[in-house]
Amino acid sequence: MASSKKKETPKAKAPEMERMEVRLAGSGGQGLILAGLVLAEAAGLHDGRAVAMGQSYGPEARGGASKAEVIIADQDIDYPLATRVDMFLALTQEAADTYSWDLKPGGWIVVDSDLVSHPPSSRAVALPFTATARDKLGKPMVANVVALGAITELTGVVSRKALEKALLARVPKGTEALNKKALAAGTKMAKDYAASGQLAGQEPTSEDV
Amino acid sequence: MAAGTSKPAGRAAKANRKGQARLLQGNEAASLGALAAGCNFFAGYPITPASEITEYMSREMPVRGNPFIQMEDEIASIGACVGASLAGRKAMTATSGPGFSLMQENLGYAMIAETPLVVVNVMRGGPSTGLPTNVAQGDVQQARWGTHGDHPAIVFCPSSVSECFELMVRAFNTAERFRTPVIFLADETVAHLREKVILPAEGDLEVIDRRRPTVPPDWYVPYKTDGSLIPRLADLGEGYRYHVTGLVHDERGFPTRRPDEVEPFYARLFGKISRHFDDLMLTKEYSLDDAEIVLISYGCTARSCRAAVRLGRERGIKLGLLQLLTLWPFPRQAVEAALTGRKAALVPELNMGQISREVKRVNDGRTQVIRHSKMDGTMITPEEILGRMREVA
Repeated sequence: MASSKKKETPKAKAPEMERMEVRLAGSGGQGLILAGLVLAEAAGLHDGRAVAMGQSYGPEARGGASKAEVIIADQDIDYPLATRVDMFLALTQEAADTYSWDLKPGGWIVVDSDLVSHPPSSRAVALPFTATARDKLGKPMVANVVALGAITELTGVVSRKALEKALLARVPKGTEALNKKALAAGTKMAKDYAASGQLAGQEPTSEDV
Repeated sequence: MAAGTSKPAGRAAKANRKGQARLLQGNEAASLGALAAGCNFFAGYPITPASEITEYMSREMPVRGNPFIQMEDEIASIGACVGASLAGRKAMTATSGPGFSLMQENLGYAMIAETPLVVVNVMRGGPSTGLPTNVAQGDVQQARWGTHGDHPAIVFCPSSVSECFELMVRAFNTAERFRTPVIFLADETVAHLREKVILPAEGDLEVIDRRRPTVPPDWYVPYKTDGSLIPRLADLGEGYRYHVTGLVHDERGFPTRRPDEVEPFYARLFGKISRHFDDLMLTKEYSLDDAEIVLISYGCTARSCRAAVRLGRERGIKLGLLQLLTLWPFPRQAVEAALTGRKAALVPELNMGQISREVKRVNDGRTQVIRHSKMDGTMITPEEILGRMREVA
């Protein structure tokens, strides 16, 4: 499954997808379960694929490690959890350390550049999700949406249209404009990163997988 | 019952009418199944990983004009359900291991008083507080034998979000039909799993209600039965007076020790269910016809097995799966058939062998039965199952 090829295909038409495993990990309260839900609804309800989403969290009432996994495929999904992660997003150092052991060789690793000082791989794409949400959008809580915009732009795992529809259906009334801005900021961040040439040699190729 | 018949107006009902694809969590689908089956009373105490059911019912029950009560603990929760059921309500409570342990006494009470109700136990790691947020399948034998005294048990176990809905409807129908408590035994993975599902419209479902007396109150003999062995249940408060007790009772509901009344009581308690085993024992087969090695599994582990069957066959190992949707009564005939003519049977489960011992019991020399246990708070992966194939193939 070559994710890099999907980026080139027109976003309106969902390309064939065998099985794509996305893991979103961080700390309780960062909105990763919600981000997973938006991604799963975008893929399942708007792109028309089969989808399964698992979640995992610790026994703490607040804080603690939190993880959402979204499996996207065109055929029926039997095993519903991740086995070889194609796309790993980590928003804390703890999550980056804890959940990076079963990534697909050559798979995507995306981390928050301010909260993850030691990415699990030198190939990791480090982007300022939380800083952008806080400083440019004035709401640190939309860092999850900024990240969603970025990883979707990088991997093409769901179409941009589906993502926006799913997002706007999930967020509280009155926050639509803010969330659209956050999504756009994430998309731009990823585009700029790709344009800067830093992705060279980092994009997964079919040889890697 | 007047309040209970008000038009459903909740979010659930609205979404359900459309019959469109939705992304639902297992716990949500179970709640929707309960509502579709006519659940109109919920009492519970939230606990991970079953809290979403309590949360969902706390929103939906009041909207439908039905009671939702957050009780002081799980003992009181099932107690409230027993009372509500005797008063004519379709009652449910939802909990996990620690709460399920507390419920065992009243579960036996519901059994002997022949009170229809549904108890959800979403399994997590135990014993005691154990691993609250991790998956396990350690309550399988507890669901069968947790309450004391010999008794029948009906336990359904879903492995997907859509099965959560279907089996919950069936749990209510079974409880009402046989006048008995039914246990819905899910696990953390399935309860928290979100999948795309299209639920049937509420009008398309078969919904069974308990048989109520047709005679006037003065003629009502509460535990007298016709050929069905299932007595008719009058709603308390409707003028039918009867005695409810945890003691073994005669036809009129009063305690008895007379062997000529005790023996028929037990015979009826078991017989009303055992004569309908065929309707109760649900299984699904995956690639079983030409399988050389059969996997027998249930709940989330059945999902691991489905993947193992697919991957195994890609590598030339002829695997098949018998998935148990009913754990109790144990689907003996289906298991016997699945074991016959195979090289070996592997029983993967998240405990030290609670179902594999049952498979061995019915195996009776047919094939080699191997347990595959895992107790680390995570699911069995398909590769772990395939890793055992060297021993059996």
